[in-house]
Amino acid sequence: MATAEEVAKAAERRDVRDRWLLSAPALLVIFLAATGPLLIVLVYSFLTPGSYGDVKWQFSPEAWVSVFLERDIFDDTLSIAAAHVTIFLRSIKLSVVTTIATLVLGFPTAYFMATRSEKTRDLWLFLITIPFWTNLLIRTFAVLQIIRNEGIVNTMLLKLGIISAPIQILYTDTAILIGMAYVYLPLMVLPIYASMEKLDFRLVEAGYDLYASRFQVLRRIIFPLVKPGVIAGSILVFIPALGAYVTPSVLGGGKNMMLSNLIELQFGQGRNWPLGSALSIAVMIIVMVALLAYVRNAGKSGVRHG
Amino acid sequence: MNWKTTATAMGLALLASTGLARADGVLNIYNWGNYTSPDVIKKFEAKYNVKVTITDYDSNDTALAKVRQGGTGFDIAVPSQTYVPIWIKEGLIQETDPGKMENFKNVAPEWANPDFDPGRKYSVPWAWGTIGVVVNTDAYKGPADSWGIIFNTPDELKGKVNVVPEMGDVMFAAIKYVGGQQCTDDKAVLKKVRDLLVAAKPNWIAMEYNTIEKMGAGDFKATSDWNGSALRQRLANPAIHYNYPKEGFGLWSDNVVVLKEAKNVENAKLFQNFIMDPENAAGLSAFHRYANAITGSDKYMPADMKDAPEVIIPAADKPRGELQQMCSPETQEIYTKIWTELQK
Repeated sequence: MATAEEVAKAAERRDVRDRWLLSAPALLVIFLAATGPLLIVLVYSFLTPGSYGDVKWQFSPEAWVSVFLERDIFDDTLSIAAAHVTIFLRSIKLSVVTTIATLVLGFPTAYFMATRSEKTRDLWLFLITIPFWTNLLIRTFAVLQIIRNEGIVNTMLLKLGIISAPIQILYTDTAILIGMAYVYLPLMVLPIYASMEKLDFRLVEAGYDLYASRFQVLRRIIFPLVKPGVIAGSILVFIPALGAYVTPSVLGGGKNMMLSNLIELQFGQGRNWPLGSALSIAVMIIVMVALLAYVRNAGKSGVRHG
Repeated sequence: MNWKTTATAMGLALLASTGLARADGVLNIYNWGNYTSPDVIKKFEAKYNVKVTITDYDSNDTALAKVRQGGTGFDIAVPSQTYVPIWIKEGLIQETDPGKMENFKNVAPEWANPDFDPGRKYSVPWAWGTIGVVVNTDAYKGPADSWGIIFNTPDELKGKVNVVPEMGDVMFAAIKYVGGQQCTDDKAVLKKVRDLLVAAKPNWIAMEYNTIEKMGAGDFKATSDWNGSALRQRLANPAIHYNYPKEGFGLWSDNVVVLKEAKNVENAKLFQNFIMDPENAAGLSAFHRYANAITGSDKYMPADMKDAPEVIIPAADKPRGELQQMCSPETQEIYTKIWTELQK
């Protein structure tokens, strides 16, 4: 008995070793391509800014201090970095609202797609992916052409006599939201569609047979079953939205910074690379914590239904 | 139409291949985008049998960071006057002594011995210009020769003003408006500047670079801008006027330098000399729409630039122009904080 156990253990050990060896190339690539550059960013965040960009190889925690605290330039008192907090909150708020907007638009879209016949489904899927063929910048400029004062929407409303002066949409928060929702919608639709496609619609019929209302069917049957898709979609939208750069700049007019603009400023005109690095790492940590909390919470309530 | 494009493409390919085959050398230029006249380059290529390549950058910081990393393969770059001293100090460019070149005699006296490159040991003037205020007179008819259009916006223009988001330029203008000196670190002045900017921002519609298109389309009715950009706007819409603010305005100049790591130093020197020729300098101006610093180039200038108020500073305004300087890193840090506060 004991020997058999040992043999099994040895085999298992060999198995583990082989797995490590086999995955070594992939791990190496991940280290070089993903972790390595991030480590450089981390190291830079603890250095002293060079006079004209770049860094001096001198340890300094100053960058991390100024992520959260700022020394008032006029009375020299330390206080919470209000400007940074405002910018962080603006970016987070925009990401949350974008996620909600894409969910509200994307859920019915995915439902519609999943309930078509097998043949036409592919066509709808194809249509959803078309925007990906075009560069993000071009898609954003297309939205700009539609909503600007001399754009399609305003010109049409003016011609129809519904309004007498163009509505200022461009350069407002609404403009940013329209652009973001448009750009990120496919990222929400596709995962929801993927789980919706697997949904057994006989369960829905069963629900109706048991006198459930349409809303009850949606809330108690469809939504719990496609929840993994909703979670995946929300994550896929939320994270890139937090770092969005092009869309807020082009449609928002660049008056109010987003996180990405703040970081870019440090590497460009601000010439403070360590602060830029520290801000980038801080964003990553926040995203990670938020994701962990979200996934755990979402998972818990999922169990109750299961 | 289709055969035409095919023919053109084939012609170009042919031209490129023959050009490559007979060129004696190459010259790799690293310059701002949409800034280099193809005609002048063609002339240079023909005259010296050199194949020229052009790579774009979009900001002084990008160019500096990239060249500092090394191994770019570029021979020539075109930094602004505020950055030239950094390029010199960091040992990125070499002394080609343009001051002794044949065509140097054409350089206008006021640009022959600038503070940023005393004796012109490194650099040759490429273009220079001013930063002022552009107003669409259909929207606002009052006096516009003041930074007040931006910082104390008149009612007609509220919510229609754009500011080009160049931190250095905006700080320069705001400091002038409150009566300070450029690159000041005087806290009392800077506090006024900060309060001024924060109070002015609600009247702005945007902070964007894309002014030519947006002023033309009417999205903006006024903006801070570079003079060459203002010229293009006026040519598209005669109601658009460029103004030299009475509080003082900034002058800038971009300069051709030869990198230390250049492989084609002789061709680069030929190019430096070549663009100091009046006819060639005028050719560059005809494309990028800014003034050059070459005497005698006016007679080759395109008709619409010869007496354009954007290019030729009126004598009365001239004394208020001031070449912008690079502020010290400490001052720059304060400016960045004010800038962040403004855009938060």
